[in-house]
Amino acid sequence: MGTYLIKRLGLFVPTLVLVSIIIFVVMRIVPGDPALLILAGTEGEGEYTEQQLHELRVSLGTDKPIYTQYGKWIWGVVRGDFGESFWYRGVPVMDEIKKRFPITFELAVLSILISFILSVPIGVITAVKIDKWPDYLGKAFTISGVALPTFWVAILVVFVLARFFNWLPPLNYTNLWEDPISNLQQLIFPALALGFNNTAFQARVTRSSMLEVLREDYIRTARAKGLGESLVLFRHALKNAFLPVITVSGWQFSRLLGGAVLVEIIFLVPGTGQLLVDSVAVRDFNVIQALIFLAAFMVLTINLIVDLMYGWLNPKVRYG
Amino acid sequence: MARQRSAEQELPQERPVLTPTLVTIRAALNFSKKKPLGAFGAIVLAVMVIIAVFAPWIAPFDPSEPYVERTFSAPGTEFLLGGDQIGRDILSRLIYGARISLFVGLVSVTIGISLGSLLGVISAYFGSKIDLVVQRLVDAFLAFPAIILGLTLMAVLGSSVTNIIIALCIVLAPGSIRTVRSQALAIKEMDYVLAARAIGASDWGIIFRHMVPNCFAIFIVLATITLGLAIIVESSLSFLGVGVPPNVPTWGGMLSDAAYTDIGGAPWLSIFPGIALALAVFAINFLGDAMRDVLDPWLRGR
Repeated sequence: MGTYLIKRLGLFVPTLVLVSIIIFVVMRIVPGDPALLILAGTEGEGEYTEQQLHELRVSLGTDKPIYTQYGKWIWGVVRGDFGESFWYRGVPVMDEIKKRFPITFELAVLSILISFILSVPIGVITAVKIDKWPDYLGKAFTISGVALPTFWVAILVVFVLARFFNWLPPLNYTNLWEDPISNLQQLIFPALALGFNNTAFQARVTRSSMLEVLREDYIRTARAKGLGESLVLFRHALKNAFLPVITVSGWQFSRLLGGAVLVEIIFLVPGTGQLLVDSVAVRDFNVIQALIFLAAFMVLTINLIVDLMYGWLNPKVRYG
Repeated sequence: MARQRSAEQELPQERPVLTPTLVTIRAALNFSKKKPLGAFGAIVLAVMVIIAVFAPWIAPFDPSEPYVERTFSAPGTEFLLGGDQIGRDILSRLIYGARISLFVGLVSVTIGISLGSLLGVISAYFGSKIDLVVQRLVDAFLAFPAIILGLTLMAVLGSSVTNIIIALCIVLAPGSIRTVRSQALAIKEMDYVLAARAIGASDWGIIFRHMVPNCFAIFIVLATITLGLAIIVESSLSFLGVGVPPNVPTWGGMLSDAAYTDIGGAPWLSIFPGIALALAVFAINFLGDAMRDVLDPWLRGR
């Protein structure tokens, strides 16, 4: 386990560094001068003097060569400092992220929970009742879940809730710690819409993995020695069928973060996704680079955790 | 004796001449017999492409002409699929929207997956340091969620059709590098590659004459599967207002209009563009799955 851990960590750190370099290069080389952008505005209509431009460049640090800028940025990132917002001058990006990140995180965790709660039973039932009507029903669900775009599902959920239940996305967000009930009421529907795609995909993986495991000899042995069907299914089959499900849930997390951006916009959830879209609209590059770095960091971390879990659960990987 | 004669009789008297058209038709018939869903997907996609190409002749109205008195008109009254928030014909906008979705999707997938596949082959062929660098870069790019990377690139590039194609290429290419590389690694060990090297073929000669053509099946499958993702990402970006400029009708843009104007009153604003989008993605997925089963044993069961 020790060497596996070191090997896997050795992959994590360089990738993260590479991620930060890619982000920095994309953000600094392509859009040109952020100082010009601030002074002239996004449409280039503002007026300014050379003196102002130079002073702003010095205060932003963009007068220095790019590797110095990168060094300064990455040193800040390590200490949790992403610089100041271009748009709201003087407001540290980190303050805004601290406010909004827990909301997105809660949304993501909630939707992962929902998709596990729904997808595992669906996968098991469709595998056991293969080629009977529950299987066809499940197939229809998984095919539509994989093909329907998350944001359309979200729009339809809002539409149905608004039309038939008189529910509208709340304008004010309540904190989980202040009022857990109304917080959950606010986040449960966005989480459902967000988890739809994930649920379908995981159900499909659970089904095919269960089908494979159910053909194994040890299942026949378990049945032959007279174990009850539920014990066979859950103790022997599901436990072994679960590995692939965990693996894909790691990949799915990246899609989930992307989908969260759209769901937050539609359900008016004030998370990091909304912040990203707002920042893209005003081209607030400091906020954008902080948020995309955070997203990539989360994806890499989740994949690391999934891989370690996989190694811990599966000795073949650990010693292979 | 009798048995022998009957065997002789059963032998085909004359085989029809196999012209290329006949081969194609036969292959298509065979495909649709084996994979009815895939054939269905191909037909739906073909119809959509035809509609997109001939949009100006098919669309009943001008997609950007507002008929103020028909604002929010219900489907079937004045417009077949209803009017939107400023009285434009939803059907015509859907027809013109197919142009953007399919054009952007097809072009970005063709360019992105071609470049990605080529890089995958090069990475596998040369191995060692080149492979290491390319694979670590792929790792890094795959860490970005597609929509978030797309949003960032569009913020940097600014919204236009060309830029969204560039952004999609960057988003879609890394995944194909990885997949093609794994197959190219196996091809590299084939005897014909060894033979080519033995007769003194150059590295690039081997790559372009032997490895690339042998990756063609996986390329077609990958491109089909990725097309669905490309269309979803494009419409998501248009939905968020950073894709195609807002005056161009797109399915994502129409959904965004619907979400921002009247969510409870006029469901047809959000339902029809969504159906168009879902139908396109369904068709592509069916086609992609069928093609994977038929063309590519490497990806089977993945």
